Amino acid sequence: MSVTINIKNAVKRYGKSTIISGLSLEIREGEFFTLLGPSGCGKTTLLRMIAGFNSIEGGDFFFNGERINMIDPAKRNIGMVFQNYAIFPHLSVKNNVAFGLKNRKYPKDKIESETQKFLELMKIDQFKDRMPNRLSGGQQQRVALARALVIQPDVLLMDEPLSNLDAKLRVEMRQTIREIQKRVGITTVYVTHDQEEAMAISDRIAVMKDGIIQHIGTPKDLYQRPANLFVSSFIGRTNILEAQATVDGASMALNFKDGFQVILNNVKPEFLQNRKVIVSIRPEEFVISENSGEGLRAVVDSSVFLGLNTHYYVHLDSGQEVEIIQESKIDEIISEKHTVFLKVKAEKINVFTEDGGSNILEGVNNDVAAGEEA
Amino acid sequence: MARKKLFDVWAIVYLAIFAAYLLFLIYPMFTILQNSVIGENGKLSLEWFTKFFSQKYYSETLIHSFSVTLCTTILSLVIGVPLAYFYNLYEIKGRSLIQVLIILCSMSAPFIGAYAWIQLLGRSGIVTKYIQSSIGITIPNIYGFNGILLVLTLQLYPLVFLYVSGALRNIDNSLLEASDNLGCTGIRRFFKVIIPLCMPTILAAALLVFMRAFADFGTPLLIGEGYRVFPVEIYTQFLGETGTNYNFAAAISVIAIIITAFIFLFQKILSSRFAFTMNALNPIERKKAKGVKGFFIYLYTYVIIGLAFLPQVYIVYQSFQNTSGKLFKPGYSLDSYKTALKRMGDSIPNTFIIGGIALAAVVFLAILISYFVVRRSNLITQAIDTMSMLPYIIPGSVVGIALVMAFNKKPIILTGTVGIMVIALCIRRLPYTIRSSVATLQQIPLTTEEAAISLGASKMKTFFKITVPMMSNGIISGAILSWVTIITELSTAIILYNSKTVTLTLAVYTFVTRGNYGYAAALATVLTALTVISLLIFMKVSKSKEIAF
Repeated sequence: MSVTINIKNAVKRYGKSTIISGLSLEIREGEFFTLLGPSGCGKTTLLRMIAGFNSIEGGDFFFNGERINMIDPAKRNIGMVFQNYAIFPHLSVKNNVAFGLKNRKYPKDKIESETQKFLELMKIDQFKDRMPNRLSGGQQQRVALARALVIQPDVLLMDEPLSNLDAKLRVEMRQTIREIQKRVGITTVYVTHDQEEAMAISDRIAVMKDGIIQHIGTPKDLYQRPANLFVSSFIGRTNILEAQATVDGASMALNFKDGFQVILNNVKPEFLQNRKVIVSIRPEEFVISENSGEGLRAVVDSSVFLGLNTHYYVHLDSGQEVEIIQESKIDEIISEKHTVFLKVKAEKINVFTEDGGSNILEGVNNDVAAGEEA
Repeated sequence: MARKKLFDVWAIVYLAIFAAYLLFLIYPMFTILQNSVIGENGKLSLEWFTKFFSQKYYSETLIHSFSVTLCTTILSLVIGVPLAYFYNLYEIKGRSLIQVLIILCSMSAPFIGAYAWIQLLGRSGIVTKYIQSSIGITIPNIYGFNGILLVLTLQLYPLVFLYVSGALRNIDNSLLEASDNLGCTGIRRFFKVIIPLCMPTILAAALLVFMRAFADFGTPLLIGEGYRVFPVEIYTQFLGETGTNYNFAAAISVIAIIITAFIFLFQKILSSRFAFTMNALNPIERKKAKGVKGFFIYLYTYVIIGLAFLPQVYIVYQSFQNTSGKLFKPGYSLDSYKTALKRMGDSIPNTFIIGGIALAAVVFLAILISYFVVRRSNLITQAIDTMSMLPYIIPGSVVGIALVMAFNKKPIILTGTVGIMVIALCIRRLPYTIRSSVATLQQIPLTTEEAAISLGASKMKTFFKITVPMMSNGIISGAILSWVTIITELSTAIILYNSKTVTLTLAVYTFVTRGNYGYAAALATVLTALTVISLLIFMKVSKSKEIAF
């Protein structure tokens, strides 16, 4: 059975310092939900509050409408995967997986069959009599996942489960985790600081900073229409340019320092005023032309050829450095010191208020609860 | 190239150490074995073994030793493991004081505890008298089995505590959380998760407690009375007042070694079933002890520690009491100190000379041997390693007897010299110091030394300029602990000493046996003060605060 998790005005304090102040969140039944943010943003703290390992200083936590604040961690029916797996070193693989079932006093044959089922599901059946110190990191990860899932929890919580694996295994395991989660259909809360991992694995992501949720949305929402400047620069790479906006009817013109202008027709009405703005242009949202004479003038500093794409590092007349990604062409790579002109894909770029606090364009999907918005 | 390697300086050093071990350990052990199978008529015979096992008077010492040691081991675990659990899982007020007191208790000489308990609960002990006069009940006899069990348990459970605390510090908090999360909490978690995780350490602690209790000589001698045990019997046969019998003492020694060797192997087999290592990323978070549970945690902790520390306190108190001959009088003064210091001869200088030389030798040899074992493993260095561990299973009094038997006749006569005392202390202490040095060295990556060599430093220079300084923290803390064990050593020294080599511990023992309790208390207090100072230095120097025995 899967549940909806509702968090209302959660507060976490350590002594006098407040880590989380009044955070609200809804996690839907059966969804893969990721808490993403830089270290120290409070994502693990929040996860551990859901698990019951951290005390809750304020607010309410609900599973399917039932308040769980005071329920003992052992009784919340949660499966948890820890960063370092927390495999019991004194128990064999099989006994690690069976541990939770034994505590629930299941009949022997049921324990046997359920354990076997999940050993097979996680493809660790052949190691079942091994001791954990003879397992590789990836195998230990599978044991941890099997152990968490075998108890048929209502919620699966995962705290940076892939951070101890090497890059290749990480990609493989995140695929496995995603598949298993879909198959079991369990509500999952996942914590990571790796935005690529979060994008690859999640239905929805909550981007956190300083204990506050900045944006909740699908990976596509976050990348294409980030709610604010922080989200835009935390998810993927981007170039930040300043511009002066001038309004002409329903459209807005962005005037860059050297006279280059971009016209936008998708600005929210309430932001249609002459104002200073911050423009976020991702490296692939530039178009380079070598001789057109139109666009931002830039000089190439260096280039990196990566097969599919070629990265250019250039500087503008203002001295600002900008990164550009172009699909590799069969012709020569543009050489250093060469002058180029940059245009932008106007429908893709994002524009923020001067303080970076909100995106002024239409089409931002943000599920952050109303009272929560920064 | 190969020829040059043969004359490696290190080869000379390890061959010298190898030879020294052959001479000072293997040869004496061989002498004991040889003496044990020579009959009264000077011919090869097993008559001493037959005598031991056929006469109940002797063979029952074996059963006595075994049962009191086993009970001590079990009781030490039963007391020490929960104490370590409470101490490491809950916030307990006065934790650093608790730590210091526990270490202090584990370091005092056991016979001092025995004599203090006699003063308290013995036939004319103050508690006994008080209870008798106020309630009219005679408390159970503390001489014999009960007394030995009481004294040794209170002396040895601190070792269990220190060992298990170390293991608990290596348990990652997430393991406990995983257990909670899977529905296993409280007392169930203690038995299903915590005990199994600490099992390798618990077994190691059990072995150490067993070996110490089995070999302890001072406690049963003072408080055992009619309850005769092994080490005392060896001593009596060797130096007793009613006629000595070297060959019989040798035979009993051999039996003792066989038994401890079996226990050692049994423990190794048992602990090989728990082959896993842990390293805590996030150590266990201590919780506040609250409510009824909290009350019992505090009660248990303070009572247990108070009991273990009581003898020390009582002795310090006694040392200030006035005495008249062997009796205590009302009033307090420093007279006991004055007289004791006058009558103790050279025991303080002796303690520093013998202890100091032994300590220097132990540290020096431990560094070299651990370096050979970790970095230059070959047949000879491995043989050194194995030999250096042998004394771990040989009771201290047996080491003493073996050295006397080997070196009281030509060509080498060492008995009665400072040299034989130093050798005995080295042999006894080295197994512990080598183990901790090996552990320290194993954590230093080989690449650091290779870097030094690639930069043009010689092997010798690399060792002294790179390896030794990197080991120094571990070495210094190990050395201070060795120092404390060296100055409180009794069971070997009692066999080897003569009037010129009396140490502080021996002086205390002599006063106790003569009944000069006031003087004994004064000197014991001096000894305790020395121990406390050494421990404070240790805590200052050692960053890890881990105690390695």
